[in-house]
Amino acid sequence: MKHVLDTHDLSVDDIKKILETADHMAEVNRRQVPKVPALKGKTVATLFFEDSTRTRLSFELAARRLSADVVTFLASSSSVNKGESLRDTVETLSAMGVDAFIVRHKSSGAPVQISRWTGASVINAGDGWHQHPTQALLDAYTITREFATPDSLTGRTVAVVGDIKHSRVARSNIDVLTRLGARVVLVAPPALLPNFVGTWPVEIRSSIDDVIDNVDVVYLLRMQTERMESAAIPGLNDYTRRFALTPERARSLQPHALLMHPGPMNRGVEITVDPADVPGSRILQQVANGVSVRMAVLFSLLGGDTLVASGNGADA
Amino acid sequence: MSDAFVIRGGTIVNPDSQFVADVLVSNGVVADIGAGLTADIVLEADGLFVSSGFVDLHTHLREPGKEEAETIESGSRAAALGGYTAVVAMPNTDPAQDNIDTVRFVRSQGERAGLCDVRPSGCITVGRAGDSLVDFAALASEGVVVFTDDGNGVQNGELMREALARAAALGVTMAQHCEVSSLTTGAVMHDGECCSHLGVPGWPSAAEIEMVRRDIELARHTGGRLHLLHLSTAESVALVRAAKKDGLAITAEATPHHLSLDDTMLKSFDPVFKVNPPLRTQSDIEALREGLRDGTIDAVATDHAPHAGHTKEMALDAAPPGMLGLETALAVVNTAVQLDARRLVEVMSWNPARIAGLDAVHGRPLATGEPANIAVWDLTSVWTVSRENSASRSRNTPYHGMTVRGRVHHTINKGDIVVRDGKAMK
Repeated sequence: MKHVLDTHDLSVDDIKKILETADHMAEVNRRQVPKVPALKGKTVATLFFEDSTRTRLSFELAARRLSADVVTFLASSSSVNKGESLRDTVETLSAMGVDAFIVRHKSSGAPVQISRWTGASVINAGDGWHQHPTQALLDAYTITREFATPDSLTGRTVAVVGDIKHSRVARSNIDVLTRLGARVVLVAPPALLPNFVGTWPVEIRSSIDDVIDNVDVVYLLRMQTERMESAAIPGLNDYTRRFALTPERARSLQPHALLMHPGPMNRGVEITVDPADVPGSRILQQVANGVSVRMAVLFSLLGGDTLVASGNGADA
Repeated sequence: MSDAFVIRGGTIVNPDSQFVADVLVSNGVVADIGAGLTADIVLEADGLFVSSGFVDLHTHLREPGKEEAETIESGSRAAALGGYTAVVAMPNTDPAQDNIDTVRFVRSQGERAGLCDVRPSGCITVGRAGDSLVDFAALASEGVVVFTDDGNGVQNGELMREALARAAALGVTMAQHCEVSSLTTGAVMHDGECCSHLGVPGWPSAAEIEMVRRDIELARHTGGRLHLLHLSTAESVALVRAAKKDGLAITAEATPHHLSLDDTMLKSFDPVFKVNPPLRTQSDIEALREGLRDGTIDAVATDHAPHAGHTKEMALDAAPPGMLGLETALAVVNTAVQLDARRLVEVMSWNPARIAGLDAVHGRPLATGEPANIAVWDLTSVWTVSRENSASRSRNTPYHGMTVRGRVHHTINKGDIVVRDGKAMK
């Protein structure tokens, strides 16, 4: 594995192996000194053409816990805004000696393009509406570990609720979760479903009330309020009435059901209940798992064959 | 005037006959056709086809305004290497070709380069802004026959109706770029299954179909000559087929890329495959091929659209649409669509010459006394396209690394050998 650009490039075995490695990383993260020298001497550059402080910090923390050197490139404070081509930016940073780029871009496909212009590994940290592979991996990690079924989600149903059309999280999650065996149900107003959704391996429902009491996971997407300005999309109040997780709806969740969200939450829009009041909420656990899974991805690309060989005994 | 020469032993492709003969060219015209002709200079054409030079209805030469991407000279050279002896230069230059000075400039730069006949088109609206019509009569008096806002469709129906009405009166042609822009805001690629999975803003077929439908009705109403540029959808082909059955004065073109490449090329996110209109689906490709075979599509036109390297090294949504086409057109069309030599010359030369109003000097049968605008080519040579070998100033060919069949050997422009054995002579 050279890059992680698109979940479709990962085999089910690749996915399972990354999640298994994340178990080891989670063990590292529970230590008093949560740090191993696995990537000592490696340089990781976060290359964020779109702001996302949380995702960037999660990756940077992951790299540092593996002892990599981390540099940060933020487009807002760079020459990108002066019209430098994407290629020039990447080649310039590449020339400084970078082993892995972690790329966030508002345009779908930018990390794929970048991977053609550098010898370094490229990890997609979210591109446009396209993909957010590490989010899908950390979500799969969270669900499989919560249900203690590390190898399969067969028999489980995940409802993904919200703006599917413009969501890289949805595209990545649907791919990973269905290939692990889960049944995925999309819940969204028609204007927020992608065109040609009939070619996706999912079922569609038009109201959250159709799914709330019979699914294993409710996965809420962040509702981008700026999208609501489009005339094609129902108003915010209408959205909240039909699709938000309200306290009443939260009460009809099955006892074992999980509540998840990729963050940051729009309280009062897609979620009106306080997640702290929902026993099945794993929203903060997702964030914690994110660091472990990103460590696993970095190690899979830059590390040696085994964690034991290159680390200092993170073989729990 | 250049020296006399003989094109020896090729198969001449004329509208009503094909035969093996030598062609003697002297003083800019075909001086003789027959067996055993001699001259000091001989172009071997044994096993090759000899036809009137190709005519491209749709070429972006970028001069004036974007000379880093192409100049009239570099674009003319690419045209000559593709077997073209005439190109219609698109008007989206800077300044736009909406005035006599710019039109004269483009034409004279073409004459200066001396590689092929560069015929400027004119804009339909001032500055291609879609607000007010240009003075068609003034540009027509400069020899402009084709008017288009290419790159932009004329959105305002009343303006287009008036343009077609004036076209009818002047005997010129309105060439429409069919795109309802309110349906394509921010659009990047064909709105289909592939686009849905890649998560990029979709470019619906309806954006083209709706304008094709409207303009066919406006042509019916006004009697104006309408040419439909770079059709990309199966439905457009069906609409044109029906309109032609009704006897309307409508012509249509398809590009080599819409005949050969589909939307799945965008899985690479490589902006070299971004083009307007976008690459569509296999069923659209099949419909275009059928239209080209049955006469619904009159001409192959390249939409040769050079872009400087750095502009295609942006993110897919930021990169400009367009791809090179002149040097690969014959080979790509021959590889994608099985046409016999006669139909190939018809869609590459005779029909586009007529549509562009150039049929007094281009797209002529090869016969004694005719102007010597000639292409010599084959349909069997197999070769691999390399962007590094392009004569264009730009490198944005979507065919880089692909193997194609058919090759241009010699091109004669006004009696001058401008391409010999696949090499530009100047």
